[in-house]
Amino acid sequence: MNSETQSVSAASQSYPDRLQSKLRRVLVSWELLLLCVAVFIFWLNTQASPYFLDPWNLSDATFNFTEKALIAFAMALLIISGEIDLSVASIIALSSTAMGYAVSIGMGTTELLIIGPLVGLACGAFNGLLVTRFGLPSIVATIGTMSLFRGISYIILGDKAYSGYPSDFAFFGQGYVYWVITFEVVLFAVFAIIYTLLLHRTSFGRSVFAIGNNPTAALFSGIRVNRIKFILFLLTGLMAGIAAVCLTSRLGSTRPSIALGWELEIVTMVVLGGVNILGGSGSIPGVVLAAFIMGLVTFGFGLLNVPGIVMSIFIGLLLIGVIGLPRVWTKGLHFWKSIVSR
Amino acid sequence: MNNWRRLITRDVVLGVALLAVIALVSTRAADFSSVKNLASVFNDSSILIILALGQMAVILTRCIDLSMASNLALVGMTVAMLNSNFAAIPIPILVIIAIIMGAMLGLVNGLLVWQLEIPPIVVTLGTLTIFRGIIFLISDGQWINAHEMSPAFKAFPRSSILGVTVLSWSAIVAIILFAVLLTRTAAGRAFYAIGGNPNAAVYTGINVGRSRCLAFVLAGAVSGFAGYLWVARYAVAYVDIAGGFELDIVAACVIGGVSIAGGLGTVAGATLGALFLGVIKNALPVINISPFWQLAISGSAILIAVGFNAQSERRTGRIILKKAEQSS
Repeated sequence: MNSETQSVSAASQSYPDRLQSKLRRVLVSWELLLLCVAVFIFWLNTQASPYFLDPWNLSDATFNFTEKALIAFAMALLIISGEIDLSVASIIALSSTAMGYAVSIGMGTTELLIIGPLVGLACGAFNGLLVTRFGLPSIVATIGTMSLFRGISYIILGDKAYSGYPSDFAFFGQGYVYWVITFEVVLFAVFAIIYTLLLHRTSFGRSVFAIGNNPTAALFSGIRVNRIKFILFLLTGLMAGIAAVCLTSRLGSTRPSIALGWELEIVTMVVLGGVNILGGSGSIPGVVLAAFIMGLVTFGFGLLNVPGIVMSIFIGLLLIGVIGLPRVWTKGLHFWKSIVSR
Repeated sequence: MNNWRRLITRDVVLGVALLAVIALVSTRAADFSSVKNLASVFNDSSILIILALGQMAVILTRCIDLSMASNLALVGMTVAMLNSNFAAIPIPILVIIAIIMGAMLGLVNGLLVWQLEIPPIVVTLGTLTIFRGIIFLISDGQWINAHEMSPAFKAFPRSSILGVTVLSWSAIVAIILFAVLLTRTAAGRAFYAIGGNPNAAVYTGINVGRSRCLAFVLAGAVSGFAGYLWVARYAVAYVDIAGGFELDIVAACVIGGVSIAGGLGTVAGATLGALFLGVIKNALPVINISPFWQLAISGSAILIAVGFNAQSERRTGRIILKKAEQSS
């Protein structure tokens, strides 16, 4: 696990796509900082609980972040471009409800695998249309669709639940590909690579950065801003649909309250990964590391019987601290320099 | 002048839409439009109105406060625990404690936004989970039930003055206070100036960071006050009270025509927006629609309202303010 993240972050050092060497240094050191935090928390966990290093336990730990991370990859691109999608958790709910309905009218696993991501894609397209065609601010538009999508799930399901998924459908959330390596971890690794390449190695990725830094300049330099934003909303919806397949398969049932509150955790993961919430900068390796950190913290606290809500305090502090500390540092440095120069 | 006419028109349109919904529901259930029932709908929406006004002050300055519901819950739990352990504390003192504590929590948000310049959405996303977690720590996950609260604690929001409940009076007083603050004081006008153009606001001598901080303190204070009202009204306090309510508050503002880009919005609009959600919530059971429809309907209302806002903002912005809009 560690060697994989190291190789990913080592690759990030050779990016030619940073505007200034100073900025690049900051970004690289941000990922190094995250790596140090991840290693430190990993070490803390091994000290805190003798059960932590068990391979099966570690394998279980990955469930804490893989599904959220799948969405976080696409969300990172969206946030870098200066937009946001708060409806992702509701897309999971709607997509899962659609799959549940499909099962109830007798469809099989293959159909489910098509329906889940397709519903996600449709929701993403709807968000994209609202933002690019009707010019609505994405934060408000997706707060609206957040209520709408989950609302539709409530209309369909009410206080009932869908279950009775086919037994071979369980593989996508519970199955193992090889020894302790779960299907979800493989999916996570594959998409981490795909999104790293997409953002950092293609002209599409370059456009995403350009749009985030200055949409008007990007438009004048020939980038089809609205089309790229639309594609990003599509991707986010698609990833939410894929995550819905994994989560539904893992839980084996669908309620309208499924994945409640995930949108905030996913945004936290992206911001923790060093993506600027105002758009324009960020990297996928950073998001991968943030996913590991959040997963490790949640799992470590879980082994120590710390209630989930206390972990959320820690995540909240981490979010504010990680963004705030560098600013405290810069402010302190300015203050120090002003004293010295006097 | 033109600006004023446009804002008034938007509020009037919303008011007419609200009346239309009430009239529509009345065709199915005649009692719905009776004075008594409308008063009870207003009473039901009071807490949302109070919160929406605080949120509007924040949104006017181009910020957003997602932590209001957690703030409400934390303060609500605190005053409920104070009341159940020290029943001797008089209710007015508890209300003042609630307002001050809420304001302090708002100050935390405000200082992080002002001094550390962290984007407001990140700050309040963080404090949203932190406040909620602190409730668990102080209450140990326990509920404070009705029988543990003193009768006076529960009775206060329900007691009636001149035939109107204290809860409704709170909303009316809040509406008046915010109307005066936002239209008749320098601090209130500064909120609009910052939202309209932060750079220009700096050159006119407004301390943008401090004004934003003030807006967060205001939002915190109303959240704290609403925290007491909520817990006393529903006579129960636990970790998850008002969970997810932060988005209802934003929704009320958006439906009320408060622009998420800052600088646009009226007290009347935010109030009508909150009332709109309240009417829908109360009307669904009356006309035999399952309450499960409520979420989807309010979602659609948000989308329609924000679409409407975007259209009217674009119309005026395109010709006159083109340069200012691009530079901001």
